[in-house]
Amino acid sequence: MLTLVLLLFPLALLLILLFFREVKTLRVLAFTGTLAELALAIAAFVQYKTSCHCNLLFSFDWLDTLGVSLKFGMDGITLLLVMLTALLVPIIVFSTFSHHYSSPASFYSLILLMEMALIGVFTAFDGLVFYIFWEMALIPAWFICALWGGNNRIRITFKFFIYTFAGSILMLVALIYLYFKTPLPHAFDFQALYAAALTPAEQTWIFLAFFLAFAIKIPVFPFHTWQPDTYTESPAAGSMLLAGIMLKMGLFGMIRWMIPICSQSIRQWGDMAIILAITGIVYASLIALRQNDLKRLIAWSSIAHAGLMAAALLVMNLKASQGAMIQMVAHGINITGLFLITDLIQRRAGTRNISDLGGIALRAPRLAAFFMVILLGSIALPLTNGFVGEFLMLLGIFEYNALYAAIAGLTMIFGAVYMLWMYQRVMLGKTQPATEGFQDLTLAEMGMLLPLVILIFWMGCYPSFFLDIPFPDVQQILYFVK
Amino acid sequence: MKMELIVALIPLMPLLGFLVLGAGFRTIPRKITAWVGPGVILASLILALVLFFSNGKNTGPTEYHFFTWISAGELRIPLGFLIDPLSLLMIFVVTGVGFIIHVYSVGYMKDDPGFNRFFAFMNLFVFSMLLLVMGNNYPVMFIGWEGVGLCSYLLIGFWFRNQEYNNAAKKAFIMNRIGDLGFLLGMFLLFTTFHTLDYHGVFSQARSLQPGDSTLLAITLLLFVGAVGKSAQIPLYTWLPDAMAGPTPVSALIHAATMVTAGVYMVARSNILYILSPVTMTIIAVVALATILLAASIAVFQKDIKKILAYSTISQLGYMFLALSVGAFSGAMFHLTTHAFFKALLFLGAGSVIHALGGEQDIRKMGGLRKALPVTWLTFLTGTVAISGIPPLSGFFSKDEILMKTFGSSSLLWLFAWLGALLTAFYMFRMFYLVFGNQFRGTTRPDHPLHESPLTMTLPLIVLAFLSFAGGALNMPGLFGGNQLLEHFLAPVFSRSSPALQGELPISHATEWLLTGITLAGVLLMIFWAWRRYVVKGKGLLTDETRRPFWVRIVAEKYRIDELYDFLLVKPSLWLSRFLHDVVELRIIDRMVNGIGQAAIRTGNLLRYIQTGNVGFYLFVMVLGVILIMFFNILI
Repeated sequence: MLTLVLLLFPLALLLILLFFREVKTLRVLAFTGTLAELALAIAAFVQYKTSCHCNLLFSFDWLDTLGVSLKFGMDGITLLLVMLTALLVPIIVFSTFSHHYSSPASFYSLILLMEMALIGVFTAFDGLVFYIFWEMALIPAWFICALWGGNNRIRITFKFFIYTFAGSILMLVALIYLYFKTPLPHAFDFQALYAAALTPAEQTWIFLAFFLAFAIKIPVFPFHTWQPDTYTESPAAGSMLLAGIMLKMGLFGMIRWMIPICSQSIRQWGDMAIILAITGIVYASLIALRQNDLKRLIAWSSIAHAGLMAAALLVMNLKASQGAMIQMVAHGINITGLFLITDLIQRRAGTRNISDLGGIALRAPRLAAFFMVILLGSIALPLTNGFVGEFLMLLGIFEYNALYAAIAGLTMIFGAVYMLWMYQRVMLGKTQPATEGFQDLTLAEMGMLLPLVILIFWMGCYPSFFLDIPFPDVQQILYFVK
Repeated sequence: MKMELIVALIPLMPLLGFLVLGAGFRTIPRKITAWVGPGVILASLILALVLFFSNGKNTGPTEYHFFTWISAGELRIPLGFLIDPLSLLMIFVVTGVGFIIHVYSVGYMKDDPGFNRFFAFMNLFVFSMLLLVMGNNYPVMFIGWEGVGLCSYLLIGFWFRNQEYNNAAKKAFIMNRIGDLGFLLGMFLLFTTFHTLDYHGVFSQARSLQPGDSTLLAITLLLFVGAVGKSAQIPLYTWLPDAMAGPTPVSALIHAATMVTAGVYMVARSNILYILSPVTMTIIAVVALATILLAASIAVFQKDIKKILAYSTISQLGYMFLALSVGAFSGAMFHLTTHAFFKALLFLGAGSVIHALGGEQDIRKMGGLRKALPVTWLTFLTGTVAISGIPPLSGFFSKDEILMKTFGSSSLLWLFAWLGALLTAFYMFRMFYLVFGNQFRGTTRPDHPLHESPLTMTLPLIVLAFLSFAGGALNMPGLFGGNQLLEHFLAPVFSRSSPALQGELPISHATEWLLTGITLAGVLLMIFWAWRRYVVKGKGLLTDETRRPFWVRIVAEKYRIDELYDFLLVKPSLWLSRFLHDVVELRIIDRMVNGIGQAAIRTGNLLRYIQTGNVGFYLFVMVLGVILIMFFNILI
């Protein structure tokens, strides 16, 4: 039941929001509402942990004749991502308070719709329902970028929409095909889909369709071309939603749907996909070396990180998968933090061109400290959240193929190169005209960043808490795959 | 107090210092910082002493587990510490020398606006270094390993207004990271081979392997890559001279006494793995010797007092690796310890000189400082004599032991190591004479007359000078009637590697005396030469460098290795970056994606014409379709 509440609460909230015009009221409502959603997510976690481990299942036969049921539930994998979503959305909402967006009611409603769709994607235990939420998430994302984005937003969001939509359609076809291969009576339930009887050739086609859909969403090289532009042109809140959470939809789809269904084909063809993902790590890292736009640099770094997570899931062993799970959360936290700081800098300095910035640490030592911590998480320093995931993923990939791990490990070096270069140009050195009167963080802004910083160290120093949550389910999936 | 608590508090004290000073870096008054910063390190030192003495006769290794850090499947990495003679020695070096340098910093950094930040970072460094040496498994060592790299980065770029300094800091971090990737891959291979990363588990399994095992070869080489980065050996040494951009106490603590010796500690810790990999040992020997000679030869021509010391550090680290490569693990640790004393002393002395001259670092603009800075002069002399290897100072004993062990392994190795020792004596006394000998050649500002440093700075110098003088007593060899305390103390750690060492010819006492005599004679000759050249003839002040012979220019320009790396690595990656973005990304991939999109639109445009809205046409097509289907049915 709690799952359903968690899913419907944002919807209810957004319906309420539509009745208000006053910006202040909207902000208070959206912020407290999303905080309440976070409380619900924590309650769900506590319930899951303490009482039942019963997947908090909610099921309602929807299209009975077709075998489609509104089936939502939570296992460890879902919980981790639901908590990430519920945590990041209030922070993202809070970060918008210093912006003056036109028609705020629609803006906040779209964010809430997005939250609901994301939670729907993560909690759906039924293939068709999963697909519906998957597509539903695209709509608010597109509107947020297209209505409140930068100058080139129309052309860029059009590409984003078409590209990701094309991928999703393939997934729908694959799901329907799978449906007809499920044991009688046909059903879209994930247990049924797992049990679908497929010939190797059929499985390969299904794998291709799934992989394409997820690879575009994540994005994996070379299906990434929509991403840097979209992240850059979106409003700050949009970039955070896209990179912090929406990216995880693709990775989640891999472990929940693609790996259990297509494990045979992955064993056969997975190397191709892994090679693509690893190529993307090096490719994106190299390109990030020369970016002058802060947001674009972060966008490229995200492609590199996402490539590693995709490769880790595809090698299908416990260490790499667990690493990818915790890295999904870590990446969500770090990239949201980086975009938050970019937003703070852009608002104060009026630019996010790296060449126009500099010396901010002189004026804003607190910001410099927060920025440094988030950066360290992002370049995977031990005792920060990024390390645990990268260590486990690279170790898992190493067990699969040592050479892959060595190449993927280059991300450790390149990540340090472009991130420290960026930090040096933006924060250190002498001040520039744009940064002359730079204000340090206010208390409210520190409050906004503090949860992220706490999580960076918590996850880095005591990751067991986070690793334990998805462990049984990841183990089960991998056991099933064997 | 419970042992466990004491052990945990040793690294936690500096961490506490960091947290307090870091959180209140704007509000805490300097006076309090001046007590807190060094105070927490002293607390760790005292706790380490308590631990040492309460252990009593029990020198066996003790492990302390706190909690499971990372786990996945059969992988289980505890946050645990190992207290054994080796880690105790390192704890003493880190907290002891660390404390002295912290006290010195109170005086040295007195007027710096970043006083609190400085001590916060220094405390964080000591915390990381303690984790590095105390961990009972490789990943915990790696926490410290990367942590000290971070602190090094933060402290090299401490004066971050200057982009040159920031470049140096970034270079240090990145070169370290290159090494760290090797370390990481080494750990992965360790895990896939032994299914554990705990020292105990790895070493007890490794003991049963055959010498020359190929997996061990790969493991030891990968780990050594990490050591090369951290301990500034060829080819990853170029960051260390640049790292001198940091405040001088940083150079003393991080870039001389402790952090850069982490690689030596790591190899000594993994002694069993290395002793079973003769090929790796040979590679280490070659790298070490090449580093000794390369760095020493560069040091001869440097003008910056700190750069000379930096190259000297690289060269001395080479000696430690040379010792490791011939299996003289306790010899390496001995030299590590005495080097920590005299190199910290030399750096702090250099700091005192720089302080007195208001920031001047060019030795050509110094000279005659003996009278103005008597304490600095005497202590600096002690350090110089110690590093040159003259008895009875500590450096003599530790270097002599390495040379002996090297000779026992190969006389050719010994010859090169001997050459290095001569170079060391020469460049050290060149610097010493140019700084303290003859007359003062620089200019002093009227508001900043030459002056001896305050007590907070000279007292640490005196303590370190005493340690550099008497440190040899730690491990006095039998040849001089000593009882090799340190070697016996460390013996349990290295005992398992000693069987593999047997079969080497022990050197007779007569040979030992002869070799020591040859070395000593050469060293004294070098000092004499330096004295004639720089004191009597007054050379070494050349300002017109184009008149130098070509080979001298090459050496003086550090063999242009930095330029080579720039040409081979930095430029190509930037070029590749641009190529990938401008050509591969925009011209190829993106164009292809857009092409597919446009093709779809064009097809749509074409198909649009079919939808004419003419019902007759639709009917016609339908009938045509039905006929075709029937036709095909008949065919099939």
